[in-house]
Amino acid sequence: MNFTVTLAQIKPKLGCVSDNLALIVERINRAITGKTDLIVFPELALTGYFLKDLVPEVARRLDSNEISCLKELSRRISIAVGFVEESDDYRFYNTAIYLEDGEIRHLHRKVYLPTYGLFDEQRYMAHGERFRAFNTKFGRMGMLICEDMWHLSSSYILGMDGAATLLCLSSSPGRGVEGDALGSATAWQQLTSTTALFLNCRVLYCNRTGFEDGVNFWGGSEYVAPSGVSVSRGKLLEEDSLGVTLDEGSLRRERIFSPMLRDENLFVTMQELRRIARERGQ
Amino acid sequence: MAGLTANTDLLRTILVGFIRDEVHKVGVRKAVLGLSGGIDSALVVFLAAEALGAENVHAICMPYRTSNPESEHHARLVAEACGVNFSVIPISAMIDAYFDRFPDADNMRRGNKMARERMTILFDHSALLSALVLGTSNKTELLLGYGTLYGDMASALNPIGDLYKSHIWQLSEAMGVPQAVIDKKPSADLWAGQTDEEELGFSYRQVDDLLYRMVDLRLTREELIADGCEAAFVDTIYRRVQNSHFKRRLPVIAKVSNRTIDRDFRYSRDWGT
Repeated sequence: MNFTVTLAQIKPKLGCVSDNLALIVERINRAITGKTDLIVFPELALTGYFLKDLVPEVARRLDSNEISCLKELSRRISIAVGFVEESDDYRFYNTAIYLEDGEIRHLHRKVYLPTYGLFDEQRYMAHGERFRAFNTKFGRMGMLICEDMWHLSSSYILGMDGAATLLCLSSSPGRGVEGDALGSATAWQQLTSTTALFLNCRVLYCNRTGFEDGVNFWGGSEYVAPSGVSVSRGKLLEEDSLGVTLDEGSLRRERIFSPMLRDENLFVTMQELRRIARERGQ
Repeated sequence: MAGLTANTDLLRTILVGFIRDEVHKVGVRKAVLGLSGGIDSALVVFLAAEALGAENVHAICMPYRTSNPESEHHARLVAEACGVNFSVIPISAMIDAYFDRFPDADNMRRGNKMARERMTILFDHSALLSALVLGTSNKTELLLGYGTLYGDMASALNPIGDLYKSHIWQLSEAMGVPQAVIDKKPSADLWAGQTDEEELGFSYRQVDDLLYRMVDLRLTREELIADGCEAAFVDTIYRRVQNSHFKRRLPVIAKVSNRTIDRDFRYSRDWGT
């Protein structure tokens, strides 16, 4: 079915959960007024990114007031949003939840927590252990959080698991000013386009904006069609709200024109991966 | 060297956004900075005027009696070109009062004292005007340690600390910094006739080219030499970066507790903003 999506390219305040919740709710209400079906927020939208020792302070359990509030709003619009999740055993995860009809339809804990360059996530957070596609009112989807997408296997697994729409929630720092465009933006655009193309799926990429300790987050949220073409792209380095319509027809046509997904041989892949694991002694 | 050619439109957008965002989010509207008449502070004042509005930027020229009169003239030229508030506060009386007690002090001590005198004036004006102090040290200087600790290296925000001198020239051209300021020889202007390149012993272009490959691209010593760099130059610069590293860090704290500031008590500076 056709459906409309808002990519909420917001600028969260570092460590200010109540301010960020207000910002998120305001964007949700606006999207409800505009009769949007799904609204997607960036990674760690509820908390900000360079949290360091703030992680335990801003973490929320799934039964917290903030998550309950968002669940309630999901009776009127589907919502994908990122936050720091505190588990029963006091682990802290970089988590994205998909809320629909007042329920948590899916929860994804970021698997790949980067620790290179300017990143230090694994010092403060626990990593997730699964990639699973899930059913929504708008078909089967998969969720990734930022760095997850830089691992081919993540999107591949979700594609194999039947996801026709990949949501990527991101807090991507801008860097690289040598070329015609921002280096990290170019890299991401290649990645989202290639992923869509390989898996004949749509990619909805939502990146935040603003600055934290001199690091800029570049925005540029986008909807990439299953053909790999970027249909619509948000502003660079500014807050934005990107409204897009995803039509079922173009997904169907693309899968007829380029049936790579249909022809993907999961048996061969699994056989070879098992062999590699065996040979590595794992 | 391709990496030393910057996309000036993009740089401008990011740096103007940085100043606006980081100043406004602490609840302040204004910035204050020292305007020397050189290119680095000229570029920062142009960026600040665009980010905050010229009326919210206070540029202070702080000459010593041996400073080249051309410097104050250029500072005024820059301030007029971008329309910011401009004032001149000479530091000769304060510096001379101190060195009357130490008449044998060498140029380095005198230069450092002047840089720190200017810092105290800027931070006093920060309180006076409710304005954040903008830093004007570029990446080349910061890596070489060619600056005075707690002097010109002190600031609240530094928009150009990740720009090599080569980038400073390009962005200054793009932003319309007066040509006379772009074209003149870089100088700390601590004593008559001083130029940076003569004092350093190499040109900015030369050292930027090496630093970019050494620091940004992480080429090894062997790779740099194979690429045509002189071994002695590579070693000299590597040592300079190493020996000045203390200037780029907070003072070292002796650890005795479980949570020591900056070691295992870690928060972003933008905590809560």
